[in-house]
Amino acid sequence: MELIKIATAGSVDDGKSTLIGRLLYETGALKTDQIQHIEEKSAARGFGYLDLSLATDGLLTEREQGITIDVSHIFFSTPKRRFIIADSPGHVEYTRNMVTGTSTAQASIILLDARKGVIEQTKRHFFITQLLGIKQIIFAINKMDLVDYSQDVFENIKTTLERLVDKHGQDGVSYHYTPVSALYNENVVRASDKLNWHKGAPLLSLIESIPLESNQANDGAFQIQYVIRPKREELHDYRGFAGNVRSGSFAVGDAINIHPSGRKSVIKRIEKYGESTEQISAGENGTILLVDEIDASRGDSILNEKANVNNGKNITATFCWMQDTPFTTGNKYWLQQGIQRSLVKVQNVRSKIDLEALENRQANQLGLNDIGKGALALAQPITTKSYKNNPALGAFILIDPNTFNTAGVGFIETT
Amino acid sequence: MSILKQLEEESIYIIREVAGQFNNPCLLFSGGKDSITLLHLAQKAFAPATIPFPLVHIDTGHNFPETIELRDKLVAEHGLRLIVGSVQDDIDAGHVVEEKGRHASRNSLQTTTLLNTIEKYKFDACMGGARRDEEKARAKERVFSVRDDFGQWNEKLQRPELFDMLNGMIHNGENVRVFPISNWTELDVWHYIRQEKLEIPSIYYAHEREVFMRDNQWMPVSDYVNVEENDARKLTSVRFRTVGDMSCTAAVLSKATELDTIINEIGGSNFSERGARMDDKRSEGAMEERKKVGYF
Repeated sequence: MELIKIATAGSVDDGKSTLIGRLLYETGALKTDQIQHIEEKSAARGFGYLDLSLATDGLLTEREQGITIDVSHIFFSTPKRRFIIADSPGHVEYTRNMVTGTSTAQASIILLDARKGVIEQTKRHFFITQLLGIKQIIFAINKMDLVDYSQDVFENIKTTLERLVDKHGQDGVSYHYTPVSALYNENVVRASDKLNWHKGAPLLSLIESIPLESNQANDGAFQIQYVIRPKREELHDYRGFAGNVRSGSFAVGDAINIHPSGRKSVIKRIEKYGESTEQISAGENGTILLVDEIDASRGDSILNEKANVNNGKNITATFCWMQDTPFTTGNKYWLQQGIQRSLVKVQNVRSKIDLEALENRQANQLGLNDIGKGALALAQPITTKSYKNNPALGAFILIDPNTFNTAGVGFIETT
Repeated sequence: MSILKQLEEESIYIIREVAGQFNNPCLLFSGGKDSITLLHLAQKAFAPATIPFPLVHIDTGHNFPETIELRDKLVAEHGLRLIVGSVQDDIDAGHVVEEKGRHASRNSLQTTTLLNTIEKYKFDACMGGARRDEEKARAKERVFSVRDDFGQWNEKLQRPELFDMLNGMIHNGENVRVFPISNWTELDVWHYIRQEKLEIPSIYYAHEREVFMRDNQWMPVSDYVNVEENDARKLTSVRFRTVGDMSCTAAVLSKATELDTIINEIGGSNFSERGARMDDKRSEGAMEERKKVGYF
């Protein structure tokens, strides 16, 4: 069985929690005690139906206000796939959560209210999926019950969305448009009589069948997380570089470079959890032992000799800012790419995206939830590649050196 | 890659980040199936070396004896370092006051002992076996969850976690709770226990035990629970689905003595895992409220 992570995004009150609650309910992910709880709560609030949004609105503060305020991870499965939904709230001020939720996703569901159609939030959500390179995007037009399941309403919204996609969409992305009523379970898990004019599959079948892609970049890059040196006599000379293959693959006998020292060596042995193995590939952990006694430590990289990566000290990127203190020229941060870290200084801020018009505007700083372009100078060189060509080496976070909070995220531009 | 393999890779990556980013981490070990799984993952992460951090057990004094036996056996077999934080000691020292009455439990008292233990040993990271599928407040938990000087969780201050990049930078006095098996489900844990042939406390398997009915749950009869005269008692075959303090963990009626049958039963169960935890049922936001004050 496959695992797929899907990000959901929507505005306040477009019924996202209800949709997720519906998926949980219909796939049997809600157990008797949880359903009882929802029944009791629904009745207590005087609803004549099951308020399925109660299944996911996790925190007390949210339930008090009836809104969702943070990224929540929700699990369900069907015989075909396992799903993890990263549910992010849609308020303007919570863009950072949307970027966060989408960062681990392979597909995205953008929810719209059929009565409202495309609003600024829709554009914002769409833009973020493009920034993050999501390859499968589903526009779910919800609350069709409130527009009498009208095909015209749906087609109008679809046309507006298609114009948006034509103008701002990246290459190689698949778009799906589907009308639903989460509240009445129309076209969510099974085809709907009321929406019989819609030819596509119901939402659940759609997310069960959309293709999954993995990082195709073949630059062999391995980041050292921990150096294993057993304190035992028989393993006296053992020095294993434990870490994670960011992209490409490594095999016994491969010629490698250590970054940043530039030392060269050859892989003597690869282990997975103490057992010898011939090869490790992208996404996998491993422990690499080299033929030479080379000094390397946490944060260093082992690079395949043929890897075509950048090891420079300057980066141009698109940033999404996630804290109140603005991102501006001269500020210093810790940059973390995978597990590598370096101090950085902001060289310049060039532009900021107007998320209403989806156009770049000149700017000299980025505030909370702003997205814009700028450049950084690094204290230590780190191994990178453009996000577009190798997402595993192209994204980084910036850490505020005073609060240690994760202040923003960056996506390295193609140079 | 199978889902189980994918989850194992993700968890081991996280555990290695803990060892790499923190000076003095520990693994919170209750002896339950989740912490046994976590311990096994940690051992894999650093093989052939031993794990570079101690186990910490917050002992309510109301444990199932079977759990403690297995804990001590694992510690001895693998040459692990074990630190025990005792709730009884904190009661004796007057740091906490034992609850009274029919529903008395030491579950919430654990928080004080946990925080005292963290402070005493100056742990900067504590790994735990909590999973996002367990409870709604857990579903919002980060993999690296920063706690302030007072051990408090503030959902509004949680750091965004992007991709697989974990930010464990903290100030002196702060610490991080780490949840390496966040994305596992209850069934994943069971399948993994079967795949890796892990030993778990015998109480997870069906056995004869005296239980009594309270609030529609079968509770184990023990010295730690106030059984009242009109509580209906019976001796029957039960197993436990979670292992907490004896005073707040309910049993399920079952004859499943093999992993395969247990997995089938859980897969077909109409009740959620924490449905058998009385500590979660105290109020609507019971878990969230406990997390805010430092509960793990």
